[in-house]
Amino acid sequence: MDNDKSLIHVRDCWKSFPGKKAGEQVHVLERVNLDVQAGEFVCVVGPSGCGKSTLLNIIGGFFKESQGDVKVAGEPVNGPDPRRIFVFQENGVFPWLTVEENIGFGLMSRPAKEREERVTHYIGMVGLTGFEKSYPRELSGGMRQRVEIARALAANAEVLYMDEPFGALDFITRLKMRADLIRIWQAEKKTILFVTHDIEEAVQLADRVVVMSKRPATVAEEVRVDLPRPRDLDSPGYLAARDRIFAIMGMDVHGAGMGELK
Amino acid sequence: MKRFSSVLLPLATAVIFLIVWHSLVRLSGSDLFPTPMEVVKGIQELFEKGLLLKYIVASLFRVSWGFGLAVVVGVPLGLILGWFKPAFQALNPMIQILRPISPIAWIPVAILWFGIDDTAPIFLIFLASVFPITVSSMAAVQNMQLVYLRAAQNFGIKGPQLFRRVILPAALPQIITGIRIALGIAWLVVVAAEMIAVNSGLGYLIIDARNAGKRYDLVVAGMVMIGLIGLVLDLLIRQLEKFDEVKWGYGQR
Repeated sequence: MDNDKSLIHVRDCWKSFPGKKAGEQVHVLERVNLDVQAGEFVCVVGPSGCGKSTLLNIIGGFFKESQGDVKVAGEPVNGPDPRRIFVFQENGVFPWLTVEENIGFGLMSRPAKEREERVTHYIGMVGLTGFEKSYPRELSGGMRQRVEIARALAANAEVLYMDEPFGALDFITRLKMRADLIRIWQAEKKTILFVTHDIEEAVQLADRVVVMSKRPATVAEEVRVDLPRPRDLDSPGYLAARDRIFAIMGMDVHGAGMGELK
Repeated sequence: MKRFSSVLLPLATAVIFLIVWHSLVRLSGSDLFPTPMEVVKGIQELFEKGLLLKYIVASLFRVSWGFGLAVVVGVPLGLILGWFKPAFQALNPMIQILRPISPIAWIPVAILWFGIDDTAPIFLIFLASVFPITVSSMAAVQNMQLVYLRAAQNFGIKGPQLFRRVILPAALPQIITGIRIALGIAWLVVVAAEMIAVNSGLGYLIIDARNAGKRYDLVVAGMVMIGLIGLVLDLLIRQLEKFDEVKWGYGQR
């Protein structure tokens, strides 16, 4: 991978928190390296609690790395940046604003006309036309996530950081959201860094799947998924990529045993 | 069926209550404590003398000022205390000490400072309602969901914008709950303050009716008016919870 040109560049990143005992340090991330190119769709998978979400929060500017080099677009990350928007698992849509007010949230400094146009455009793109004046509490979980994605797109974010955004949704909704996210990503040419514990989800979505190990987490391996989209979930290529990741994570494909990773 | 439970049930309770009240007065043979009918006549008498409206207006006037000032001071103060840690550390212990002191305990002090006029009860009402408003506003900010704050920061919102567009709206449902509780307390306190510090208002009516001729029909008439107006005030303030911008904060009902 061409390190200098990558949009997101993480080298030898450590994250430690003070432990329960005095002086003890708990390492959550250890020597993590990651590169994401502009326009790429990268999924990070790993066992629950492995620190993949911590990594995303560091790249997104919400946490500070303990050690290492984290750069986005060539600059060290110093806090969150409007050019790169986080989509939260617990849903960060503001419940006191309507759908259109939420989507226009990042556009307050723009002229009213432009704001209106962008809001209308992205409401259409995420399939919420007709719900402009609705409040989030009147929407389903999937629709609320659509609002959050539209809010990031409307603000013209170059990068979307998605932290298990579909984790709280039911299975069918999740499948639809994945298909729509791919459609949006192809239309908008954004860079997406997507954290999930769902291996199938990762293989359905990503150009490249970064597999993390258990704590202290590091990148165990990367699996490139060179399959045309929309992906056929029964195709040999899909199954091979999926099984490869299962194997890296030390799991029998057929759900039998759990081996230790490395 | 729905109509039955929401209208007929409370009505039935009221009728039974009035019958029991009437019977107990008759059975006891008391000539001081009034029957419900005598109370109605008492209210009518107060109305015809022009006292009823005058006293209600006097009490509401004091509550409006004391409570209004408490909102104007308490909400911003609570937001600041909830957001700025040093302000919280400096002021919270003092607030927690002042808060449990009953407003009634302040009556002598209020008379000393302000004498016998409207200022003393207004001060007492302010004191009684400012703490619940401040504390609930403060807690609302402290308990605000982190995800809203992060989302706002991600869009580059900070300073006064952050307060206006995120912190205040996120805290508003809980602030309104605090305001509602405070109004109830304010109404309790105005009656107590008027018994001692002034010579008008519903509290004064009660104490005056007792002292000047043991007119217990007027005492109870005053109590009934206090209860009814308290109910109306609560119904009015509850309308605040119905705004679309805050409905999300009150669960599914």
